[in-house]
Amino acid sequence: MVLAEATVAEVPPRRAVRRRRFDIVGRVVKPALFTLCLLPLASLAWGWMHGSLGANPIEATTRTLGDWALQLLLLTLAVTPARQLTGWTGVMRLRRMLGLFAFSYAVLHVASYVILDQFFAWTAIWADVVKRRYITAGLAAFLLLLPLAVTSTSGWVKRLGAPVWRRLHRLVYPAAALAVLHHFWMVKADVQQPLVLAAALALLLGWRLIAALRRRGETQRMARATPSGKA
Amino acid sequence: MSRRRLLATGIAGAIATAAGIGSTTVAASDGPAPRSKFANFVKTPWGAGEHLTDYGAITTYNNFYELGLGKEDPQRNAHLLKPRPWTLSVDGLCAKPARFDIDALIAAQPLQERIYRLRCVEAWSMVVPWIGFPLAALLDRVEPLGNAKFVAFQTLFDPKQLPGQRSPLLEWPYVEGLRLDEARHPLAILAVGLYGEVMPNQNGAPIRLIVPWKYGFKSIKSIVRLTLTETMPQTAWNRQAPREYGFYANVNPAVDHPRWSQKRERRIGEFFRRDTLPFNGYGEEVAGLYAGMDLTTWY
Ligand code: HEM
Repeated sequence: MVLAEATVAEVPPRRAVRRRRFDIVGRVVKPALFTLCLLPLASLAWGWMHGSLGANPIEATTRTLGDWALQLLLLTLAVTPARQLTGWTGVMRLRRMLGLFAFSYAVLHVASYVILDQFFAWTAIWADVVKRRYITAGLAAFLLLLPLAVTSTSGWVKRLGAPVWRRLHRLVYPAAALAVLHHFWMVKADVQQPLVLAAALALLLGWRLIAALRRRGETQRMARATPSGKA
Repeated sequence: MSRRRLLATGIAGAIATAAGIGSTTVAASDGPAPRSKFANFVKTPWGAGEHLTDYGAITTYNNFYELGLGKEDPQRNAHLLKPRPWTLSVDGLCAKPARFDIDALIAAQPLQERIYRLRCVEAWSMVVPWIGFPLAALLDRVEPLGNAKFVAFQTLFDPKQLPGQRSPLLEWPYVEGLRLDEARHPLAILAVGLYGEVMPNQNGAPIRLIVPWKYGFKSIKSIVRLTLTETMPQTAWNRQAPREYGFYANVNPAVDHPRWSQKRERRIGEFFRRDTLPFNGYGEEVAGLYAGMDLTTWY
């Protein structure tokens, strides 16, 4: 305790620190990542303008957008483990942006399917949704992501309260699993890419599971160490 | 862009590819193989009025897993396949089994141009001006025996030339089959070229099957062997996923692939999907082959 007080005394007031220190996450990392996340989209736009998307540009567009939706979703899920591994808390400030980019690519992916691929042929789309399990899984993933995108603002965190908000946002796990399944069920025989993404997801979810089990073990140990409940 | 490359190089590579860096160098580095034209072939009335798919699209949008999984991989890896010298052997239940040198075979057959629609099982289609000759002409030369009921086809097996055969996606080599009466149908051809030119490697050089009323995967590429058999031969995709790919594989909008609809297709180069026709529009010619058969069972 004495030690802690001494440290506090030596540290200058917080506001002074903030003014002096350069906000590297807010000023550099975040804008850079923002630009990077726009690159796939820019590249698609460039491809359409220059006719360089191959013989079937519509398929290429739907696929590229789907690929990035899923990859960014997995990247979003990697933020917390990255913080735990590196201890760098600044990375948490990138999570919302990554998640919203993942959702934006998912919206564009679905729009590409509805507009470019099917051109609003709603009966064909509905038949796809009920008959094609890969489309059903894709739609389910999309519907799970929707409330997360809507409630991503700080206002909604306050309105719901952090515990409820956190519980709601656990929907991202089934959403990611359904998106991986959607991808897996779509391919004909070349399961290599979906398998890599499934492995990445398994790693990210496994990490959380182990962390949760450890936390639980610790609480139990603590409870045993203090049977009366007093510290 | 190659999805495999995207994987191999990780996120950094993915970003580079997404940004268009590298994807342009691909086209530049593997310049097209020398193209040579056939001197003599006769035009046929097939496909009159059809709008031909661009040569560029036909030769860069291919399903030929032996040369890579992405649609553009076969064109990129085309140089690995050596279509000369090449021997095509015909054996099994026939009076005169034979081995043909590809150039001698081509020289002995009057060549025709056949403009056919090609409908892939993945719900896209093209119109291709093939150069070839009727499969029946080759079968006549070997004189099938009375008990021959089917023809089995086999692609070259050589992982050095066809590196996709190193990965266990399908059981290699690729095999296909037709009933003998299907094989003898005048629409079924062995193609050795397209757009008046020698067959590009990525399209199945030096010789491939074309059965225009069936899904594209029936039209086996880079054939080295035909065998006349009494029993129904195995086919590569049927072996891999029997519920999804039948032996007959006739184009049929009424029978969906279990995972996607076959009712409509995208003609490469067009924006709107168009309706898929039974037997890919060749019903008048070939429907009789299947009289009395339930095409939902025999998909
Ligand atoms: C209503 C919802 C959705 C529909 C209708 C849908 C539709 C499709 C279709 C039609 C394809 C195949 C494209 C083609 O081969 O032409 C596809 C592929 C894909 N989708 Fe979706 N999708 C949906 C939601 C999602 C979501 C939410 C994600 C990810 C977060 C996603 C990720 C993917 C991926 C990764 C692929 C594979 C792309 C590739 O092969 O490279 N999809 N989707």
